[in-house]
Amino acid sequence: MTIDQSPNSMDIMVNMGPQHPSTHGVFRLVIWIDGERIVRAEPHIGYLHRGSEKLSEGESYNQVITLFDRLDYVANLNCELAFCIAVEKLMAIEVPERSHYIRVILSELNRIASHMLFYGVYGLDVGAMTPILYGFRERERIQELFESVTGARMMHHYFWIGGVKEDLPDDFERRMKVLLPTLKQGIDECDRLLSDSELFLARTKGIGTITAEDAIDFGVTGPSLRATGVLEDVRISEPYSIYDRFDYGIPVGTNGDCWDRYYVRLEEMRQSIRIIEQAMEQMMPGETMAKLRRITRPPKGESYVRTESPRGDFAVFVVSDGTEHPYRVKVRTPSFANLQALQHLLRDAYVADAVVILGSIDIVLGEVDR
Amino acid sequence: MIGNIKGLMVTLRTMLRSPVTAQYPEMDKRTVLAKRFMGFPALLWDYSVDEPYCTGCMVCIRDCPTQCMSATMQDNLLHTEGKSKRRKIVESFEINLGRCILCGICVDVCNFDAIEMSHEHELSKYKRDGNRVDLPALLDMGKQFQRKIGWQPTQAKNVGATELVDNGAKGVPE
Ligand code: SF4
Ligand code: SF4
Repeated sequence: MTIDQSPNSMDIMVNMGPQHPSTHGVFRLVIWIDGERIVRAEPHIGYLHRGSEKLSEGESYNQVITLFDRLDYVANLNCELAFCIAVEKLMAIEVPERSHYIRVILSELNRIASHMLFYGVYGLDVGAMTPILYGFRERERIQELFESVTGARMMHHYFWIGGVKEDLPDDFERRMKVLLPTLKQGIDECDRLLSDSELFLARTKGIGTITAEDAIDFGVTGPSLRATGVLEDVRISEPYSIYDRFDYGIPVGTNGDCWDRYYVRLEEMRQSIRIIEQAMEQMMPGETMAKLRRITRPPKGESYVRTESPRGDFAVFVVSDGTEHPYRVKVRTPSFANLQALQHLLRDAYVADAVVILGSIDIVLGEVDR
Repeated sequence: MIGNIKGLMVTLRTMLRSPVTAQYPEMDKRTVLAKRFMGFPALLWDYSVDEPYCTGCMVCIRDCPTQCMSATMQDNLLHTEGKSKRRKIVESFEINLGRCILCGICVDVCNFDAIEMSHEHELSKYKRDGNRVDLPALLDMGKQFQRKIGWQPTQAKNVGATELVDNGAKGVPE
């Protein structure tokens, strides 16, 4: 009896998801394996499609913000910020100084919260149970602060066109004085817990490598791009809001592997804290909402705004036809673009690493499917 | 090896700290809600004339992103008697709490300060339509909320925004 050893002997198709706990949402990944190696991978998306872009066309501008909350549901404020800036640009609104600072402080806190979630979940992805408890503990502190400021833990609807909904509560500064050192300590703890662990290194070092050229070609942005050594951050390259007033670093990696992507995010949290500290110092009391007409009715025109969300380049394109509903809202979401690289990353990887690689690009399905 | 030991040291140190978790369903072990916490919207009660603030003007209904409310309006009897300034008053009001996304838009657009995000946030009910809340229930929620935070009629839009002045809780009976 002869065994057929030709290269096109049957590959086994393995279906992961859409209800698989490690796919970070309702995401289906079909992989073809040859022994332990992945030959081909095919992501299937759309399970969480809510038609946010189309829905926006029927809502008034203020209502659209609630839809943006639900795009990237672990970094809600960053999404709100992008839409608010886009409409403000369209209407040429001067946003009061104080609300700029409030927005930056809260967005950066949200970035930390989002990366903390990544940290915890990534630990689970590589098989470590402990990090999720640490990640959630730190994230919880931030969410508690959000609750006292915005009234909601996740779907805030706090950034409004022209400013923020209401001023910070009186005890905000006191709370921040406690929160920031605790967070710093928490980040250091997280770092010590996982980063140097030999088991973690064995699972992530040199796994899922992508070169800078490939990453750029795929349209990868955010920490996943910076891990390959490219210094590209919208906060620096195209400063929006008041990001040009702070002194902070942008961490970049060297190898573009899973560990780099992980560590860039960890380091970013430290830099975010630096931004928040400077913003807290510079913030002055004052107005928080620009004087606007009750109904937002931008003039005819369009505006495109890029912002740096925790996952990368989050851009919003708004077209107005002069009525109170947007004519078209287009969102360029980083997760969707980053997901394009998955096929490339998974080729020739081991099956056991599939989840590790998928986790390292940190997708949020609400954003992928919109 | 060293990396693993470093990690274990963190775990050891955490073991000696007190826990940070709260036991949700148990009444005395829950976390405290923030003053600004946005629960379901509730209608407020005007104690000075004993009627709701809401006139049933439908502004909030038109602005609600999920269309989860409905209301009707009627002539105000108290106005014809000269006791109230409101010419119209709400006749019926219904919110489907299951659809409400707690965005707070209704609170912002209301011209009569008649609706407020209460601290009510639990959704589980015994009946299938238990979350369709009608006017009396909404007013009850509102009264409870007013009592809880000592709501003042003169206050700015959102209760959390201003410092609550304790001048004997005017207009709110014990
Ligand atoms: S709550 Fe306010 S906006 Fe809504 S119907 Fe009543 S008065 Fe009008
Ligand atoms: S909070 Fe938002 S969704 Fe809920 S009733 Fe008010 S406007 Fe509608």
